[in-house]
Amino acid sequence: MKLHWNIFIAFFRVGILGYGGGPSSIPLVHKEVVDKYKWMGDEEFGDLLALGNTLPGPIATKLAGYIGYRVSGVLGMLNAVLATTLPTIFLMILLLSSLSSMKGYDWVHGMTAAVIPVVGVMLAVLTWQFIQKAGQGMGWFSTIIMLIAVFILLEILHLHPGILIGALLILALVKIGGKEDEAPPSERDGDSS
Amino acid sequence: MIYWEIFLAFFIPGILGYGGGPASIPLVENEVVSRYGWMDVQQFSEVLALGNSLPGPIATKMAGYIGYEVGGPLGAFVGVFATVAPSLLLILILLSVLYKYKDSPKVKRMTLYVRPVIGVLLGIMAWRFFGESYANIGFFQTAFLTVVSYLLMEKFKLHPAFVISGALIYGGFLL
Repeated sequence: MKLHWNIFIAFFRVGILGYGGGPSSIPLVHKEVVDKYKWMGDEEFGDLLALGNTLPGPIATKLAGYIGYRVSGVLGMLNAVLATTLPTIFLMILLLSSLSSMKGYDWVHGMTAAVIPVVGVMLAVLTWQFIQKAGQGMGWFSTIIMLIAVFILLEILHLHPGILIGALLILALVKIGGKEDEAPPSERDGDSS
Repeated sequence: MIYWEIFLAFFIPGILGYGGGPASIPLVENEVVSRYGWMDVQQFSEVLALGNSLPGPIATKMAGYIGYEVGGPLGAFVGVFATVAPSLLLILILLSVLYKYKDSPKVKRMTLYVRPVIGVLLGIMAWRFFGESYANIGFFQTAFLTVVSYLLMEKFKLHPAFVISGALIYGGFLL
């Protein structure tokens, strides 16, 4: 019961604090799931995020559903998805059916505007954490080369991230022998229990 | 059968919307406005405008509200289910297969390869949020909110819930 309450609260907070659509909730989910409740490690969260970005559909509910399932099965999954989506759907129905004129929510816009830089900070911090992890895993030289290459592919050549991630996953699967630049085993310890 | 139409209208954007909820907005519009004619462009843009200023994932807010408009509470449920379930099922299957083999060097290598991409994606996303904020409220407000929220969250380890609530109050009164 306590666990389900925790799942509910974690994703309820994510749902009502994630201003700016699904992607803005990523750092919030990370905060709850990795930092606060320690349901998974950074590694698994990164894998989840990578696959979530490769697959279609809204990112917030994919994260919530998978994490809920990992933590306590189908019920946990339902709990997490409902906690993420229901509160704001209610709000939406309530506001749209009570406001006949749509002009009256300037203050709501002000609120959203103030939250966006806060989410920016959270995303920037999370970015730095991922880059640090990558640096520890494959060395700083390869990491920096790869960051530059990825940036050029995504932002200048406008390659879809799903395609890039998919290609890298396949590369990791088919590459046999050759230069084995794997993570030191100690790095995985304590994660993904 | 209205519920079947609602299901289809949100199932298609759900499985075609690569790049998270916001990517599915034009797909939803295509179904709801062009194909089924449940709303006109004006109504749709009002739903979108309010949806964008409320918290939470955008795709399920749209599906829930439009489903409710068209088919009542059950319609809302069908819309949200069609948006969420297919991609959720896919990620559950893929990740459980992956984690069955999580000690294999190949799977470890996947994690390793993908990490810098996630780093760049998050970095780009952060940059866009700052850019949007600059366009909305200008340089000084953005810089002020950025510095204050960074200090509160990273130096004083305040939970982001409090920082976001604070920003909401600040924005509601002062912006």
